Amino acid sequence: MEATISNNKTFISVGMFKTLVFVLCLLPIFNLVWSGFQQQLGANPAETIIRSLGDWALYFVLLTLAVTPLRRVFNWTILLRVRRMLGLFVFFYACLHLIGYVWFDQFFDWNEILKDIIKRPFITLGFATFLLLLPLALTSTNKMMKRLKKNWKKLHQLVYPISVMATLHYFWMIKADFRQPALVAFILALLLGYRIYVYVQSQKKSRA
Amino acid sequence: MSILIKNSSDILPSEITDEKIYHKRREFIKQMGVGTAAILAGSQMSLAQAKAEQALYSTYKTLPKSQFSATDKLTSYQDITSYNNFYEFGTGKSDPAKRAGEFNPEPWSIAIEGEVEKPGVYNLEDFIKPYTLEERIYRFRCVEGWSMVIPWVGFPLADMIKQFKPTSRAKYVEFVTLYDTKRMPGQVLKVLPWPYTEGLRMDEAMNPLTLMSVGLYGNELPNQNGAPIRLVVPWKYGFKNIKSIVKIRFIEQEPTSTWHKVGPKEYGFYSNVNPQVDHPRWSQKTERRIGEPFWAAKHKTQMFNGYADQVAHMYAGMDLKKFF
Repeated sequence: MEATISNNKTFISVGMFKTLVFVLCLLPIFNLVWSGFQQQLGANPAETIIRSLGDWALYFVLLTLAVTPLRRVFNWTILLRVRRMLGLFVFFYACLHLIGYVWFDQFFDWNEILKDIIKRPFITLGFATFLLLLPLALTSTNKMMKRLKKNWKKLHQLVYPISVMATLHYFWMIKADFRQPALVAFILALLLGYRIYVYVQSQKKSRA
Repeated sequence: MSILIKNSSDILPSEITDEKIYHKRREFIKQMGVGTAAILAGSQMSLAQAKAEQALYSTYKTLPKSQFSATDKLTSYQDITSYNNFYEFGTGKSDPAKRAGEFNPEPWSIAIEGEVEKPGVYNLEDFIKPYTLEERIYRFRCVEGWSMVIPWVGFPLADMIKQFKPTSRAKYVEFVTLYDTKRMPGQVLKVLPWPYTEGLRMDEAMNPLTLMSVGLYGNELPNQNGAPIRLVVPWKYGFKNIKSIVKIRFIEQEPTSTWHKVGPKEYGFYSNVNPQVDHPRWSQKTERRIGEPFWAAKHKTQMFNGYADQVAHMYAGMDLKKFF
């Protein structure tokens, strides 16, 4: 089958498209490493790194959730071919974000980390979000997809609570200026709202 | 080969470089040097930054050293002046350095109000004239969990307070930052209830460690660090060190500080550095010393930021978990 961006014209092969997206998804981490070597991470590189990785994990959640609406509205079916990759990049950046916290922020003080997770709601939430990502990453292979059958789809609907929790985790660490997390929340509301809209419409249809 | 040397009488006046131009050229060459230094230093150091660094200790060349100075390694001028919490110029850490450049702290006046014998409005020059400026190297601990070591220029607040003769009803001192959305563009957004206010108990204000600062690294305060005059209370979290002060009030009741209004459970009136009392959202046990390798372990935070000998007695018998 020849895949296309729109259904009518062939712009780019699926393989090329996937490679392109893969490279684009790596840009944030390349940028961080490059800036690090150039000493461009500011006076507090630990903070810059941890926050930037967290930001990108969350942005990839939004990108992953944007696939379905974009595909339906603009008929960009090729996006489906990179959805799993986008989801795995959520996991990739979330892992690095967590490693950044464990290393730079806590310097492997497991006792303190455990206390943090228990005592501080925004850390608790961040950690819980990470735990929910684990089964999704582990079941992302074709094999697991076949093995889980219908349950696979159900399991991967965990992305909805994950998206809300990650956004709350972001909100909770802010001191006073909520503009950036508010923007994320707004986009997330649109993406989730779309799904609710589609669901309500389908219920109406099935009743009619 | 003979070398032709003109007699001085042969040189036409038009051939002689005007002294002003000569100096300009010198200046230009110097600046070129600074520019090259900036390029060599690579990174994000701007030309202005490099210039500023070459000119350290040019306003206050020799300052009396203080017995209260810390011996920790100084944080670089670059870091001190590029990583600031000064929401009046934006909420990002690099916003103040980027956006405070046009701020003009002159002329500046300070109003002394409340329970004092000599209230009034003073222009800054007259205000600081009576005091001997000195250099004080203090540790600076931000409530967010990072710290610096800063060579302030200033004078003890106690000297100033004595000058204005507070009455017996003056139990607290309140400080207010300039509120002017034209000069401080960050105030357009209501991220904090402006103007920024802070306060100290009278004994805290009179403590010999409490400093009114007008400079750092031997120069005037950079705008992003609170020009032209700010408070420095080294045993308290950074946000107590109010910047760009226009008003000092002596009052009977405990004043409400800005961050306390925003988060009463997170930012207390005292806000003494205390590793045993966590911020509700993060631990205060350790701190990231700015300028040190980020992959290395952080520093253990010290009680009262290491100034317990000078200040602990003021809080004797107080439950510091309650009065955080």
